[in-house]
Amino acid sequence: METLERIITEHPFFASLEPQYTSLVVGCASNVRFHSGEYIFKEGAEANEFYLIRAGKVALEMFAPQHKPIMVETLREGDILGWSWLVPPYKRRFHARTLEDTRAIALDGKCLRTKCEQNHDLGYELLKRVAEILTERLEATRLQLLDVYAAR
Amino acid sequence: MQLDSDIAPNIVVDPMLPQPFIVRSVEKETPDTFTLSLESENAASTEQQPNDLIQPAFQPGQFSMLWVFGVGELPISISGDPAKSSELTYTVRSVGQATHALVSTAPGSAIGIRGPFGNGWPIGPAKGKDVVIIAGGIGLAPLRPVIYEVLRNRAQYGRLVLLYGARSPRELLYRKELAAWARQPDTQILVTVDYGGLSWRGHVGVVTTLFKYARLQGARSIAMVCGPEIMMRFVTRELENHGVGSNNIYLSMERNMKCGVGLCGHCQYGPHFICKDGPVFTYEQMRPLLEKYEF
Repeated sequence: METLERIITEHPFFASLEPQYTSLVVGCASNVRFHSGEYIFKEGAEANEFYLIRAGKVALEMFAPQHKPIMVETLREGDILGWSWLVPPYKRRFHARTLEDTRAIALDGKCLRTKCEQNHDLGYELLKRVAEILTERLEATRLQLLDVYAAR
Repeated sequence: MQLDSDIAPNIVVDPMLPQPFIVRSVEKETPDTFTLSLESENAASTEQQPNDLIQPAFQPGQFSMLWVFGVGELPISISGDPAKSSELTYTVRSVGQATHALVSTAPGSAIGIRGPFGNGWPIGPAKGKDVVIIAGGIGLAPLRPVIYEVLRNRAQYGRLVLLYGARSPRELLYRKELAAWARQPDTQILVTVDYGGLSWRGHVGVVTTLFKYARLQGARSIAMVCGPEIMMRFVTRELENHGVGSNNIYLSMERNMKCGVGLCGHCQYGPHFICKDGPVFTYEQMRPLLEKYEF
């Protein structure tokens, strides 16, 4: 059986993290499962966890008045779901709904924030990794906004 | 005078003279995009003339000039199977007067074709390598002949990876073929849309977000990219991040092609004529131009 430590160590988000930090992270981790169609979180809720998706697919959705939900991105195996746990005011910016049965490792954001405050080296390391994901998603969103395939 | 075929001179087709082709079918791909299959008027004739023109063969990535009589002439990439020598296939998006006239052509009608023109994709250099195809929107059309070619000669190539992005699910081209290609060995087909409806169960996000799922081995890959220029700029960055060399990244460029043979200068792009020197260039060749502001 795969241990949480091994799964976390092998995940790209935690690649090359020093072993003493990995054990701190593992202390905040647990296995979770969601059924297809289930909301993992909703916009405005407290962001107390983030997830390493191990299997399945999750849609990030936004709501606009008098419109059906707009699916802005999908995430799947190997992806990170949620970054609001690290950025004040620690509130969700989107809805996250599973499109398939989904397995993930949940990481307790509050627990990690406390450890980051106590150990700034760990905090800096995690911040760099979250910043990389935010950069990728910001760039993708900008390209999406350009609507490059529209008829001109 | 009856010409003896053994001593008949080689017929040189004037590249400026359109040849009549008959539209055999017009298939709707998306709300505004259609695939036309055409056959040479001469090939359709039962009575062969001594100066019959041979159906032009083409290389994947080449384009033709399509003339809708009385409306205008358009450069359109060939999107069909190069092995089907009796027909030419074009996928056309109706965005203006001439393209609208083209896709509205009734089967049985004639249009004029010049070409094929241009250099085409690097099918030869791709042998023995993983072939990574990245297409955005209608950019899949000029790449479809490459897919046919690779799948027909499967043992000569490594993995075939297609990353394909469209605006929305209803704007995806060749949906049945995408599903069929995904079932082929050593083939990975990843499709995404920029905006997904609630019923869409596929990936949502721009085409660059597919790279993390593609398991690319950059050093043994050759990449062929076609789509809006800004998309290609973002894609080339990702390809380089994944270790694909700039000489192994090929882009199909588009400018205002008119004559098709490098005479008129309408499609000049820096030192290149897109119609004659391209439309396919290496990223190494294009990088200085793609990075020029407002060029």
